Amino acid sequence: MRTLTTSDFAGTARLTRLAARRDLYTITAWWAGLGLFVAATTAMFDDSLAVHEDLVRETRIVATNTGMRLLGLTSGPTVGGYMLHREYVTLAVLAALMSTFAVIRHTRQNEELGRAEMLDSTVVGRYAGLAAGVLVAAAADLVLTVVLGVGILASGQPVEGAFLAGASVAAVGLVWVGVAAVTCQLSSTTRGASGMAAGALAVAFVLSGIGNMAGSVDKAGLRVTSDWPAWFSPIGWGQQTRPFGGSHWAPLLLALLALVVLLAAAVALASRRDVGRGLWPERHGHPVAARSLLGPVGLTWRLQRGAFLGWAVVLSMFGLIFGNLTEQIQDLTGNAKDWWTQVGGTDQVVEAYQVSIIQMTGMFVAIYVVQVLLRMRVDETGGTLESVLATGVTRAGWLWGHLVNAVLGAAGLVVLFAVSMALTTGQVLGDTRGQVAGLVWAGLAQLPGVLVVGASVVAIGCATPRWSVPVSWALMLSMLVAGPMFGPSLNLPTPVQDLSPFTHGPQAPAAAITAGPILALTAVAVGLAVTGLLVLRHRNLTLPA
Amino acid sequence: MGEVPTTNEPALGNDAVTASGLIKDFGSTRALDHLDLTVSTGEVHGFLGPNGAGKTTTMRILLGMLRISGGRVTLLGGDPWRDTAALHRRLAYVPGEVNLWPNLTGGEVIDLLADLRGGLVPSRRRELLERFELDPTKQIRSYSKGNRQKVALVAAFASDVELYLLDEPTSGLDPLMATVFQDVVRAVRDRGRTVLLSSHILSEVEALCDRVTIIRNGRAAESGTFAEMRHLTRTSVEVETSRSPGGLASLPLLHDLVVEEHKARFSVDPADLNAALEALVRYDVRALTSTPPTLEELFLRHYGDQLDRSAVPGAV
Repeated sequence: MRTLTTSDFAGTARLTRLAARRDLYTITAWWAGLGLFVAATTAMFDDSLAVHEDLVRETRIVATNTGMRLLGLTSGPTVGGYMLHREYVTLAVLAALMSTFAVIRHTRQNEELGRAEMLDSTVVGRYAGLAAGVLVAAAADLVLTVVLGVGILASGQPVEGAFLAGASVAAVGLVWVGVAAVTCQLSSTTRGASGMAAGALAVAFVLSGIGNMAGSVDKAGLRVTSDWPAWFSPIGWGQQTRPFGGSHWAPLLLALLALVVLLAAAVALASRRDVGRGLWPERHGHPVAARSLLGPVGLTWRLQRGAFLGWAVVLSMFGLIFGNLTEQIQDLTGNAKDWWTQVGGTDQVVEAYQVSIIQMTGMFVAIYVVQVLLRMRVDETGGTLESVLATGVTRAGWLWGHLVNAVLGAAGLVVLFAVSMALTTGQVLGDTRGQVAGLVWAGLAQLPGVLVVGASVVAIGCATPRWSVPVSWALMLSMLVAGPMFGPSLNLPTPVQDLSPFTHGPQAPAAAITAGPILALTAVAVGLAVTGLLVLRHRNLTLPA
Repeated sequence: MGEVPTTNEPALGNDAVTASGLIKDFGSTRALDHLDLTVSTGEVHGFLGPNGAGKTTTMRILLGMLRISGGRVTLLGGDPWRDTAALHRRLAYVPGEVNLWPNLTGGEVIDLLADLRGGLVPSRRRELLERFELDPTKQIRSYSKGNRQKVALVAAFASDVELYLLDEPTSGLDPLMATVFQDVVRAVRDRGRTVLLSSHILSEVEALCDRVTIIRNGRAAESGTFAEMRHLTRTSVEVETSRSPGGLASLPLLHDLVVEEHKARFSVDPADLNAALEALVRYDVRALTSTPPTLEELFLRHYGDQLDRSAVPGAV
């Protein structure tokens, strides 16, 4: 590789100002959202765990329970540490996504939309666009350190811990500046580049989670020492800083080192490719369409199968992990056992555990359903719908294509998860066959609730395609919050909890599945979808100009 | 959903498209204002108009994607809003802005669209791919604008349907491919098919179309064959005489008259040509050229006041 010269970066300052101006509101929203979130949750735990005995008891639960260790690393009984155990992974993932989107916005997206072509025709060096994206995203992460630190400090936690916690989150963001800089060289599309970066994030989470689960607890049962896999994950590095339990700044150096290596790799890759292209040569595809592509159902499947396969891999993996955890679950006593039995609604801890995991899976799959059904809006406002509806396909036929894929996709994911969970559960408890049957039925019984969410998205998308994305996600989030996972612990009034379809799902496999709720939820789903169709048939399409 | 004041009766006679008094409102904006449009079966009908005149809106109404706010419209004897899918099996559409699925190949899109419509003629697909020099194995995202347009054109013309609706189909094609396009349109006309071609390229419309409708501000400014339309337009005359033609100024039927020593230039309505010639003879005509109006002049005449208006700030 030839040496870099300053002319390779000509125009970087100008492009960075442009990028900063474009991102002003977006990144400010990220800062505000993350800062408020961390301040609010810290204040909440500071209040609810004000009595030291409560704090020790709660910390011991999350330190000794292997399942809870998947979500975070415990470093002793502190309010700040407890908050990080609960929220660190969420914060780190969000910071990584903030970085990824920012870098890709100013690099690959510019190329894909043809803006880079205009910019590059001016006096702009080969790496100036990349440098601008990296600088803006990295600056966003540095500010995030301060924002989070101030947020935690304001909620009454120690100074060093507060800012180290902020830095440990921002460090993951910084590493993903580098990851995104690499993936946007590899893939020739925005979607591909973000997808690869998100995949790397999932791997990092799993590595840190496995490292923590396989780690050991000290005698007091309050501090976990992670096993080696956690050290191969940037999320793990952030956790190892232990902000309120010893404060180690050194692991942050690993993140900086990773950033430097990744940026060098990105520059090396960028020097080997043409503008607008990815690193892989353009593939030639099929000159004729396969039979299976012809038709709205086949077409929709073709466009969604990548997303489905990604979800299938992740859910199967989690199924295997959660099934395996049964071993620890059945030995639980005391508070930890009480927690599961309360959430699961039965005093048999293993069954209670299975109930809550299956319910949680239903909610996850609902997120998939929302994601794929929102592609209806992309069809319509992006213009491909115009070509489809100019053929013999009716509006109902187009809608049907999306519905069939969403329903079968959701069923497939639930079954895959249930089977994976049953396989490892069978290893622990025996009777694999019985476990498969029980868990698959329990999973399928969650579908009507999932379909109510999906049908709501359809109705929203049919009524108002322009607003369907924010409205649908807001609806999904509120159904999640009002549902059995969070509703009871937030002390929401029963009528509010009843608004979530997940509240009405059966407590399978602990309790028998009754027809009433299933039929009622299905009827609501069908009613919403039909209403959507009726609205769709009577309105103008929102096509691009 | 309020009731829309429309009445749709079965198509009369042989018209592929009839629209009368068509109104389309988007909120408070009136996109179509009593548009009249008739496309006879078997003709290639040109649909001309400046940007924002309502051409794409009309196309989308004919495709049942937009609902009319008033007036009547019939397509292939049916109601485009009510009988949408049934009618679409009998037509093919090429949109003005070709938005396709970036990760499918050109060949897959051609097969998909044609199949959703009811199928294609394999030999014609092969022939069209060859004539348009299109590689069907490439993904849509790697095609240029012109090549994406070719995908849409091949998908449309590979199907043997009664009506082809084409919305500025050649805006991205090079001149060579535009010629191929003209040959393909002539071939479908020779098979008795109907084409509604919206376009900006006047020479293309002049070369292909039997009749044209000029649309401006959402209403049909003029409609007819070129012969009819020329008939409505003044002929330009330049004449050289041996006697000074100054006396012509007293004739009110001559327009835009410019008189020099032994020369005169003017325009005259076709109905007044005889009277004008009689008057000229008196000045002993030595040479005379008369130019029929070109499509450009027709076009400019209908857009002309728009240009004037934009030149005068504040004028309505």
